[in-house]
Amino acid sequence: MRDYVQTAATAARIAEAQARYVHTIDDGNCVEWPEFFVDDCFYMVTTADNFAQNLEAGIIWLDSKAMLHDRILSLFEANVYERHSYRHMIGQPFITSIEGDEVECESSFMVARITREGPTMLFATGRYIDRWRLSDEQALIVKRIVVLDSGYIDTLLGFPL
Amino acid sequence: MTTAKGGHATMDGARPTSETTPHWAEEDGGTRVPYWVFQREDVRRLETDKVFHGPCWNYLCLECELVAPGDFVAVHVGETPVIVTRDADGQFYAFENRCAHRGSLLALEDRGNVKDFTCVYHAWTHSLQGDLVGIAFKDGIKGCGGIAEGFDMSKYGPRKLRVQTVEGMIFGSFDEDVDDLEDYLGEELIGRIARVFNGRTPVVLARFTQILPNNWKLYVENTKDSYHASILHTFFTTFELNRLSQKGGIIVSEEGGCHVSYSMIDRDAEEKKKNASLYAEQKIRSDKDIALQDTSMLQGFKEFPDDITLQILTVFPNFVLQQIQNSLAVRRVQPTATDSTQLHWTYFGFEEDTPEERKIRLKQANLVGPGGYVSMEDGCIGGFVQRATATASGERAVLAMGGYDIGSGNDRITEASIRGFWAEYRARTGL
Repeated sequence: MRDYVQTAATAARIAEAQARYVHTIDDGNCVEWPEFFVDDCFYMVTTADNFAQNLEAGIIWLDSKAMLHDRILSLFEANVYERHSYRHMIGQPFITSIEGDEVECESSFMVARITREGPTMLFATGRYIDRWRLSDEQALIVKRIVVLDSGYIDTLLGFPL
Repeated sequence: MTTAKGGHATMDGARPTSETTPHWAEEDGGTRVPYWVFQREDVRRLETDKVFHGPCWNYLCLECELVAPGDFVAVHVGETPVIVTRDADGQFYAFENRCAHRGSLLALEDRGNVKDFTCVYHAWTHSLQGDLVGIAFKDGIKGCGGIAEGFDMSKYGPRKLRVQTVEGMIFGSFDEDVDDLEDYLGEELIGRIARVFNGRTPVVLARFTQILPNNWKLYVENTKDSYHASILHTFFTTFELNRLSQKGGIIVSEEGGCHVSYSMIDRDAEEKKKNASLYAEQKIRSDKDIALQDTSMLQGFKEFPDDITLQILTVFPNFVLQQIQNSLAVRRVQPTATDSTQLHWTYFGFEEDTPEERKIRLKQANLVGPGGYVSMEDGCIGGFVQRATATASGERAVLAMGGYDIGSGNDRITEASIRGFWAEYRARTGL
């Protein structure tokens, strides 16, 4: 029972952090996206097929918070694409392990894409495979592997998932 | 096959198009491109026949994707599904992914290892070389039914491709009479391919498919377009990493359809300064006082004996080999409709890579692919053309940068290799 309470409380904290994460990238200031991560974080976007085969490279592969900042900087300053936005729906985190202040969990997501001249389209589905670090003050992502269900990406992948 | 010289395609006899196909003026050669060529279903059918099923070499996959006997990958040549295999004799084979009986797909996975290809529909069996070798209930049951008397299995079977390899890459052609791959590529291109592989053993790092909202030829043009690179892809110029004014050049194959574009390390700091003002004068979005926080992505390792940091190589009609610093990939272009294309990326490194080198490849892979700093734009730009020209089928694009010829040269501010593509395309399709 104590384990269940601890797991439920941990899941609730991560769910709350994910809700802020989604708010930040979909409706808030995307520049603050890296603030959900620790300094020596790892973030990658890959596909279920590559993940199952242990293939190492990603569509996005970032191994420091500075690289996350650079990704956003590049999107705002260097990259060219038509105006579009994303809408994330994130499922409840499924806790797979708790070790001290670090928690591993998985969450399913669906992301819709809204383009300038088109309707809302289902853009991606998949799961986050995460390692979070919890302290009294905050919950931060140590590692987030975004595993897309499909290996097919429509047009381009700009902003973070 | 007829050849194209001097930027003008020659006709190969009878016009193989329907009477309603608009006329591509002879004098336009490869320098004016009518937009209907990106829109018409009859052109799409003509391409299947004359280009993808014609005497061309289509890239299929890497040898390292087929290691053991029975390994296969399912790919497409144009829009035709194809299976590539390695048989017990160690050789590679390719044949249409289509049952000899009623035409169902034989392979339902992208890759795997099998003993044979038995169709799920009626269990007709095909060997790893694509021969029909077994028919379910061939002799009937209890004296009833069975295949027609005298039915000769050897006369049936999916179409086979001729297969040849170069530097660990497998190419296939539906036309037995196609020139040998070596002659098709020519010495210069083979040298540029060998330069990248350099006798090492490739290993796949990941595969992704980008769906492009445009005709396949708009993407092929894009890969041959060294003029756009530092204008559209401002990642390099914003962070001052690569410029058209760097040393470099292009090589165009004799028939026009294959090319190499390359640029080299800029060792002259003075030139950099000069470039900076040159770009400012052009009012290109490139002069900003911003920098990357983490520059580790750009700290590559010395991999090649020369100073070439970027080499894009294309083989007519469907193939791109990319070296952008230490990021290596092959790309396969697959049309899916007049206004839709799949771009299949395979990032690779080598078994010989050290862990540090491998990590650099993984970091630099951020530059390319559907989310790449210098390639994500290519996902949308073809769509911009497709949409903007939808009702302008009678209008023509103009390819006059660098003059009107299709020769090789020592600069990249040219559209010579795009003109070369159209010259070869016209010669092959008869358009």
